[in-house]
Amino acid sequence: MSETGIGARVTRKEDFRFVTGRGTYTDDINRPNQLWMWLLRSPHAHARLKKIDTTAAAKMPGVHAIFTHDDLARDNVGGLPCGWLIHSKDGSPMVEPPHPVLAAGVVRHVGDPIAAVIAETRAQAREAAEAIEVDYEVLPAVVDTREAIKDGAPQIWPEAKNNTCFDWHLGDKDAVDKAFAKAAHVTKLDLVNNRLVPNAMEPRAAIGEYDVATGEHTLWTTSQNPHVIRLLMGAFVLHIPEHKLRVVAPDVGGGFGSKIYHYAEEALVTWAAAKVKRPVKWTADRSESFMSDAQGRDHHTHAELALDKDGKFLGLRVSTLANLGAYLSTFSTSIPTYLYGTLLAGTYTTPAIYVETRAVFTNTVPVDAYRGAGRPEASYLLERIVDLAADELGIDPAELRRRNFIPKDAYPYQTPVALQYDSGDYFTTLDMALKAADYANFEARRKEAASRGKYRGIGMATYIEACGIAPSAVAGALGARAGLYEMAEVRVHPTGSVTLFTGCHSHGQGHETTFAQLVADRLGIPIDQVEVVHGDTGKIPFGMGTYGSRSLPVGGSAIVKALDKVVAKGKKIAAHLLEAAEADIEFKDGKFQVAGTDRAKTFGEIALTAYVPHKYPIEELEPGLDETAFYDPKNFTYPAGAHVVEVEIDPDTGVVELKGVWAADDFGRIINPMIVEGQVHGGLAQGIGQALLEHCVYDDSGQLLTGSFNDYAMPRADDLPSFHLGTNATLCTHNPLGVKGCGEAGAIGSPGAVMNAIVDALSPLGVKHIDMPASPRRIWETIQAHRPRMAAE
Amino acid sequence: MPTVSMTVNGKKVSGTVEPRTLLVQFLRETLGLTGTHVGCDTSQCGACVVDIDGDSVKSCTILAVQCEGANVTTIEGLANGSELHPMQEAFREHHGLQCGFCTPGMIMSAVDLVKKNPNPTEQEIRHWLEGNLCRCTGYHNIVKAIEAGAKAMGARK
Repeated sequence: MSETGIGARVTRKEDFRFVTGRGTYTDDINRPNQLWMWLLRSPHAHARLKKIDTTAAAKMPGVHAIFTHDDLARDNVGGLPCGWLIHSKDGSPMVEPPHPVLAAGVVRHVGDPIAAVIAETRAQAREAAEAIEVDYEVLPAVVDTREAIKDGAPQIWPEAKNNTCFDWHLGDKDAVDKAFAKAAHVTKLDLVNNRLVPNAMEPRAAIGEYDVATGEHTLWTTSQNPHVIRLLMGAFVLHIPEHKLRVVAPDVGGGFGSKIYHYAEEALVTWAAAKVKRPVKWTADRSESFMSDAQGRDHHTHAELALDKDGKFLGLRVSTLANLGAYLSTFSTSIPTYLYGTLLAGTYTTPAIYVETRAVFTNTVPVDAYRGAGRPEASYLLERIVDLAADELGIDPAELRRRNFIPKDAYPYQTPVALQYDSGDYFTTLDMALKAADYANFEARRKEAASRGKYRGIGMATYIEACGIAPSAVAGALGARAGLYEMAEVRVHPTGSVTLFTGCHSHGQGHETTFAQLVADRLGIPIDQVEVVHGDTGKIPFGMGTYGSRSLPVGGSAIVKALDKVVAKGKKIAAHLLEAAEADIEFKDGKFQVAGTDRAKTFGEIALTAYVPHKYPIEELEPGLDETAFYDPKNFTYPAGAHVVEVEIDPDTGVVELKGVWAADDFGRIINPMIVEGQVHGGLAQGIGQALLEHCVYDDSGQLLTGSFNDYAMPRADDLPSFHLGTNATLCTHNPLGVKGCGEAGAIGSPGAVMNAIVDALSPLGVKHIDMPASPRRIWETIQAHRPRMAAE
Repeated sequence: MPTVSMTVNGKKVSGTVEPRTLLVQFLRETLGLTGTHVGCDTSQCGACVVDIDGDSVKSCTILAVQCEGANVTTIEGLANGSELHPMQEAFREHHGLQCGFCTPGMIMSAVDLVKKNPNPTEQEIRHWLEGNLCRCTGYHNIVKAIEAGAKAMGARK
């Protein structure tokens, strides 16, 4: 392995600009003559807009224009589209209400935008927005899915009876019923997957610009997938053809899913810039992020697991209420369905599985993918119910898992919920994590803690995720309204350096390094001769962006395909130069060589020949060395692993202290272990945050109670320990690198491991389940409720 | 509108600002020093930390006019040309950043920690960073980077 090749811990090429404060995030960009936009947002969760009076506001200093829905309607501006059509059990399509860019007569969640003020400065726009007079007729609101589906609940959309968007299912119900009929034991569990706010550290921002001379529109935006935004906004909302619309996503400060979607503000600045003929900029403050970035999770689930007398799983029955919020965000409908139900086999051989998901509108911010997206919800419920079953049957939870793991020799393994796993080894990762955590000697630590008056517990969770959602044809058959391939262009320059254009987008993942390693390794050139370009529809032919841990499995595979084309063309050129048969040319370590001889041409010589084709097979071959490839995967990839967590609980305060966090993961082949470890660390922190701290809360009237970092508990450095990681690779069998993806794993496995550890710690009190987040108050109350009553009471 | 003068990254600067202008706005908008970031509106996230007269301060919590005559160092002023400050180098070496958005505030905060506590323990580092949020790294490598940066800063003296 070279110092910069596949498998090397290469420090990141992008870091110099970031550690010196010279990154370029959207809010760092200012266009000449730009104006600012501020949005008047609804303070009510549900209200009719009886009158919007902008007269006074329009006279405020610096104000250029104030736009409402009527202005957009006059220009035939469309609504924000949803990218995945789900069908209900009865075959009917989901209810798909309109999603206007600015509220059309009714607001449906706190933060729903009503009017856009364009002014000279941000402060002037904000002050004018505050001067707009709106006559609201406040309507009853509903925020909890269990309430929203009841008869008589406030109706958010007239076309969605009982606020139901769809009632979807997957699996063989009869087979599951039969499995339960013959079960020796059935474990039942009700649980909540708490609503989260993604909170990338960079708030969303957007700048629109219109060039009167050329008719071209440019949008700079905080996006994970600029081509997707160009397509959605151009085709569905603003009706701008792609050749007149450029979307740039420069340095982006984290996404975690929340920057996948097409948001109203992107359309507004683009449209308004053309209206006022000046660039228009908008940057969210954090309060706006809390009430306008798509949120995550929010499930209420009832699950039942049927087991035989030996603890083998016979069947799983799951019923979930999923909160969609007030509108359908871009990929919202795919999350609690095809990215959730299909994962319910987990790492186990459960032969019969049936899942039904009822997706519900509420007066809350829209819900969509957040790191893991459906897969953490599936993994959490599985790992909780498996632990509960182990407790009920008196079987060690590790042993129960091993009895049900998919055997190592069973791949490819077809699950009863549509997926076919290509490779894996769940035994080894579980054993690695347990060994690292010294699971065997845990009871001594429990006893020692008890002697100090503390409750100590250990918990584990295994997980599997499906990454690089694909193939396009299958996703399309299931309702996806997009393709799911990726594109790469390898542009070899005359002197042999390379610019790689990727359709993926890096917003922290380090593609500029990992992808450069891949190119340098394959072409045998120094890594500093490779530049990675991403995030600009004006430079990159096409791309689907970065989400769902797809960049390496899908984007990396496209790069390999393009590199293969470069090498193939290089061989033709070399054969001509070396007067040898093409079949005799080998490419190795940056040299095209006639096999078995010392006659060779370097990569640089071939590149130069391609652009200076004096001695060149010009009749058969075009000059130039610039190859593009699209890669549409054959299957998902299936990263998997095991997380173990040990906790100690102080019964006087309810505070949970993390004594250790161990992860053992299988990501297939690893290009840069340093970057992979960083991805796992971050995922673990978000998963632990969900388990212990984070909870997005609305009151009954729909007010967002956790609308700032004062109220929403983000994990801080002193909430977390250092983590212990390990990996064991089984290679993906259907992509050229054998890679599986690593971006979401940490957030998928850890919530279950933390909660299993907490329940284990409190098991001496008879505690069987606690919902997330396990806040000190919730833990303390649980302990009080389960403690034997004192004699004095 | 009042005029404010201060020294930023060793250079004397002045500007005319609205009285309500925050230091971070003065740095980003008037001076074009966009390395100092704004990640929240409640002084929680620490992306805007700069050094004012030897102390790390959230530049969103102080008005520009309060900094009259002050000596301000931002992330742009930390490196010596292309030679990184040892703390910047440590963040790069130990993968203490991913998206990079919290990074300037983290580094400025870390430098101040090490000035005040040259050999911080892991717990002291974690406690010090309570005012700096990161969503990408889980803090693991930030802590490692600060441990290494502290050693390197000590060795440089």
